[in-house]
Amino acid sequence: MKITEKDVEQLATVSRLELTAEDVSAYTKYLNTALDYMDKLKKLDTSKVEPAQQVLPVKNVFREDTVEASLEKELALANAPEVEEGSFKVPRIVL
Amino acid sequence: MKLLNMSLAALHRLLKEKKISSTELTKEFLRHIQKAEPNLRSFLTITEEIALRKAEETDKKIAGQQPIGILEGIPMALKDNICTEGIPTTCASRILENFVPPYDATVTEKLKEAGTVLVGKLNMDEFAMGSTTENSGFYPTANPWDFARVPGGSSGGSAAAVAAREVPFALGSDTGGSIRQPAAFCGVVGLKPTYGAVSRYGLVAFASSLDQIGPLTKTVEDSALVLNIIAGHDPKDSTSVPFIKPDYTQYLENNVKDMKIGVPREFFAQGLKPEVQTVIEEAVRVYEQLGAQVEECSLPHMEYALPAYYLIASAECSSNLARYDGVRYGYRAKAEDMIDMFTTSRTEGFGQEVKRRIMLGTYALSSGYYDAYYAKAQKIRTLIKEDFEQAFTKFDVLLSPTTPTIAYRLGEKTDPLALYLGDVYTIPINLAGLPSISLPAGFADGMPVGLQLIGKHFAEGILLRAAYTFEQNTEHHKKIPAWLEEASKNVF
Repeated sequence: MKITEKDVEQLATVSRLELTAEDVSAYTKYLNTALDYMDKLKKLDTSKVEPAQQVLPVKNVFREDTVEASLEKELALANAPEVEEGSFKVPRIVL
Repeated sequence: MKLLNMSLAALHRLLKEKKISSTELTKEFLRHIQKAEPNLRSFLTITEEIALRKAEETDKKIAGQQPIGILEGIPMALKDNICTEGIPTTCASRILENFVPPYDATVTEKLKEAGTVLVGKLNMDEFAMGSTTENSGFYPTANPWDFARVPGGSSGGSAAAVAAREVPFALGSDTGGSIRQPAAFCGVVGLKPTYGAVSRYGLVAFASSLDQIGPLTKTVEDSALVLNIIAGHDPKDSTSVPFIKPDYTQYLENNVKDMKIGVPREFFAQGLKPEVQTVIEEAVRVYEQLGAQVEECSLPHMEYALPAYYLIASAECSSNLARYDGVRYGYRAKAEDMIDMFTTSRTEGFGQEVKRRIMLGTYALSSGYYDAYYAKAQKIRTLIKEDFEQAFTKFDVLLSPTTPTIAYRLGEKTDPLALYLGDVYTIPINLAGLPSISLPAGFADGMPVGLQLIGKHFAEGILLRAAYTFEQNTEHHKKIPAWLEEASKNVF
């Protein structure tokens, strides 16, 4: 077992997901099976291979830093669950 | 040939010659959708009013003797991860159930400008993660050839809708086979363009280095016509490649004489069902008889593609889906404080498969494991890409089955890893960013089988020519499900 139930709980916390006890055991099983399968990659010596950051010859895209029209504020806020005074409203952060 | 079954060029002729109005045409498809949907459920949203308004615009142009574009006035539908201004775009996820985009994706805008009539948004696996459309947060879609089977995924709604003639064409997205696999399962043509050939602006991101939008159509000619509209450089997508866009219809030539076709033996290995293999071997014979030079070849690193893909795709997904936090859009759960709000919104909003991939991706990116998994997968990606480059020094096109099996029964596949294995022939192509097309090659157990052709970067033209030639010399694409025969007979 590569991943313990405790690891899975930790992963869930950083992924901002809450798991039931049943979930924890199911995800532990899934992740171990998946990673066992992925260990196949270790068979291959890649010490001399460059990682593929992209597969097409693309270059960094630069443009002038000029102000252009963007989405209207009301539209940007239109899908927000809660809005107040033209801003996104969220519950308190500091307890 | 009846209306529902007509090619885009034939529909265009009818509109131009005023034999039918766009309004009548749109109503005909909407009526058929109403009839077919109880069995299929390809759609998540039907936009009847918007469609009829758009159709009227075309009708006014025609009445005013103005020329109309080739796709103008023709109905179509979009996978529900493609943003449509003012029309819900849910990604088939509860977390985006009420999301109404304030802008159009570039492809939506282009199709709008071309005068096409959007009749609705199509079902999919949640956030495009899945191969059956059973991961939709709302309901599964059925395969038009057998309602007890899946249409494939993740663009299952798009493939089913075209196969059932609910729309003349649809767009889907393909991250690891999500256009080609459902196209194969439903017996339609599915094209995944070269990475960077079609703008991803406004496509809700799953795995940004792999995602690509493409058409699902009844024929190869239709595929070229839709690609003509949607392809091209877009400054709003920094990974969009500036290239000279050809008229793709110029490649629709019934000729593969002296074309060099490679058949990678790794795509005929473990897991390939004999009845699928038989159909593909027959397709190889068709090409040989037509004068193509077909030869076996090898892509030695293919066995590593699937594990590398799931690491890269999951890593990118975990990063892309971090934005669903209940603050700016999407579902928000009731909560006492901010962290609790993030966690509860995501826990209640995401489905199981999405959570699995977020967890796997978070693990692959976490410190201590990054080099062993994510970095390693990126190196494998280089090897996969080089394998293809090597093969393309000798061949114009590569040929394989699209999938190892025919469409699964609904509920048949419950083990996620077993499902991933079904994508083994489509995934390497996304890792290498290559264009690829799936087209109807025949039937096994009464279900469609897909033939996959793979080309060099930006060689959509030669792919279309190879596909078109096969289609012109076979009848498979003309077959439609029995229940549809009746429906299309009665129209027009």
